[in-house]
Amino acid sequence: MALLQIAEPGMSAAPHQHRLAVGIDLGTTNSLVATVRSGMSIVLNDETGRPLLPSIVRYDAHGHTEVGYAAQAHQCVDPHNTIVSVKRFMGRGLKDIPHANEMPYQFIDAPGMVQIKTCAGIITPVEISAEILKTLRSRAEKALGGELVGVVITVPAYFDDAQRQATKDAARLAGLNVLRLLNEPTAAAVAYGLDNASEGIYAVYDLGGGTFDISILRLQKGVFEVLATNGDSALGGDDFDRRIFCWVLEQATLTPLNANDTRLLMAKAREVKEELTNHPETRFTAMLSTGEMVDLQITSKILSEITQSLVQKTLAPTRKALRDAGLSVEEIKGVVMVGGATRMPHIQRAVAEFFQQEPLTNLDPDKVVALGAAIQANVLAGNKSSEEMLLLDVIPLSLGIETMGGLVEKVIPRNATIPTARGQDFTTYKDGQTAMSFHVVQGERELVADCRSLARFELRGIPPMVAGAARIRLTFQVDADGLLSVSAREQISGVEAAITVKPSYGLTDDQITSMLSASQSFASHDMQARALAEQRVEAQSILAAVDAALAADSALLTAPELSAITASQRALQDTLAGTDHRAIKNAIEALNRATENFAARRMDASIKQALTGQKIADLST
Amino acid sequence: MAITLTEQAAKHVQNYLAKRGKGVGLRLAVRTTGCSGLAYVLEFADEATEGDAAFESHGVKVFVDPKSLVYIDGTELDYAREGLNEGFKFNNPNVKDACGCGESFNV
Repeated sequence: MALLQIAEPGMSAAPHQHRLAVGIDLGTTNSLVATVRSGMSIVLNDETGRPLLPSIVRYDAHGHTEVGYAAQAHQCVDPHNTIVSVKRFMGRGLKDIPHANEMPYQFIDAPGMVQIKTCAGIITPVEISAEILKTLRSRAEKALGGELVGVVITVPAYFDDAQRQATKDAARLAGLNVLRLLNEPTAAAVAYGLDNASEGIYAVYDLGGGTFDISILRLQKGVFEVLATNGDSALGGDDFDRRIFCWVLEQATLTPLNANDTRLLMAKAREVKEELTNHPETRFTAMLSTGEMVDLQITSKILSEITQSLVQKTLAPTRKALRDAGLSVEEIKGVVMVGGATRMPHIQRAVAEFFQQEPLTNLDPDKVVALGAAIQANVLAGNKSSEEMLLLDVIPLSLGIETMGGLVEKVIPRNATIPTARGQDFTTYKDGQTAMSFHVVQGERELVADCRSLARFELRGIPPMVAGAARIRLTFQVDADGLLSVSAREQISGVEAAITVKPSYGLTDDQITSMLSASQSFASHDMQARALAEQRVEAQSILAAVDAALAADSALLTAPELSAITASQRALQDTLAGTDHRAIKNAIEALNRATENFAARRMDASIKQALTGQKIADLST
Repeated sequence: MAITLTEQAAKHVQNYLAKRGKGVGLRLAVRTTGCSGLAYVLEFADEATEGDAAFESHGVKVFVDPKSLVYIDGTELDYAREGLNEGFKFNNPNVKDACGCGESFNV
């Protein structure tokens, strides 16, 4: 019997047509999946009732992966193959990753995105994220009892095109249909805005495991408008752990540590940080692989002191976002806290002091983003009339084009609401110029060298004209996911060129295809396993049949015939111990051939027996 | 005959209604669709419609239109958990046979 959920009036789905949709918070430290059930957004727990999935993936030499708590358990013993905080590597080159040399991974600076060498081979961050998404997908499908129509995945507001594209690629690799990428603070606002339905301007202060985002939002008649976003894509709870770690190194005067000890102390640092949320003091104790014992007393005052600069680092972008939105602190009606790190009392105090009011914490800061994403997924999947919620999002970084001299001409300014399209006219600078090369960049800086290069393309076939006569219309279009396509058109001749931005750090379709086919190798592995099981069952039944036949009619066989059959039986028995389904199949056929005559003779004998003593006349009827 | 809710089901409905912030109760209905003829409809009710049969069980109001009532009279609505999945279940004495998944049925 299917289990039903309560639908909105008039929105009941036909049987087998429930549109199952979930929201996924693909976090640096932890990931969650949530859905709307009977009108209520809830986080889906795993089999043992835990809502969070640690964003940790471990690879072993056989190409198998462990995700979540299972991988976390191996974090200390197998740091090279256990990838934590992979979100920091999404769509990033090696030079973009801070502290890369302190991490226990063997990075490969591949063109485009960084790769990691593990004992299972070279893995990209996209594949690692896909493993996390696959785990959440299977959790959701088990919990909802069907296939997912689509997902909404949240990303930090500060993610650039390359990082967004990498996230989409990971979802595709995990077999998920992405309805939309949603900025994390916007998702949090969806969760709070709908639940509390209070209008006004809000700030969303999101300090997650690895990213900090501040967003200024206006909630009005159920409509969310993002006024400004700012943040730091390399600042989060992990950095607080690192500060504690450094403090311990300093206090205990430890010499450089190996990878295992580093990981152990980092894990301890996190525990201590969480402990200090509810306790004024605690102890930091750890046994190093050298046998050295670390035992230190740490208080929340010390934590507050050693992390003061990190807290300040969150307030600078906060000030900037307010300035972008043209608002003063007094105009902020409420402050929403998102991310586990905002549980730290000294952060709540600092935020309260800055905004001159107590921040909102009535939803679980770890879950609020996933809950909002689920609400959005529910709308986008068509389970609720979308008139009820219109979501305006903004471009986090300006999009522009390189002009002469390595300068950036901004075509779409940051904080423009999306989806959007903007055009700008350009012209040739040389007589008889027939081609033009475009370089699309993203960033706030004036020089191309300081911005992120997204794509290059060329417009050819411009009719020769004097310099400045050609009119080339460049159109930038950004879809609801924040992904960009650019087209150029020469207005007089009508020649056109266009590009959908595959950011230089994204994956090409070929790469995706090859990764998909790699993932399909598991499918063939599964198929082999099924073939083996089928052949084993077949073998068991034929062996049993031959045994029964021999018990009944072995008198019909000569001694050499009997020994040939028992030899074939033994041969089949032997192949059963192995795992080669073809060998079993061959042995079954051999046994069939060996018993062919025997079967024919048994048939003859039983017919003869049946006929004995009967008259022809009786048989003909 | 009547439509009833188990205590467990009523608790969940009340919880959902409170969270939703509006609605007077629950609407149960059937419609002709699905692989086995009829399918259940389970929705929040924002208002009673004229001619509705109304029931109350463990504090939850249930509205059923008269056409649907003949197919589901005597039904007990339960809330069940199966593995990670959970939701509402119709224990309908009128059902002769249902499709494999139980989403649609015949009387």
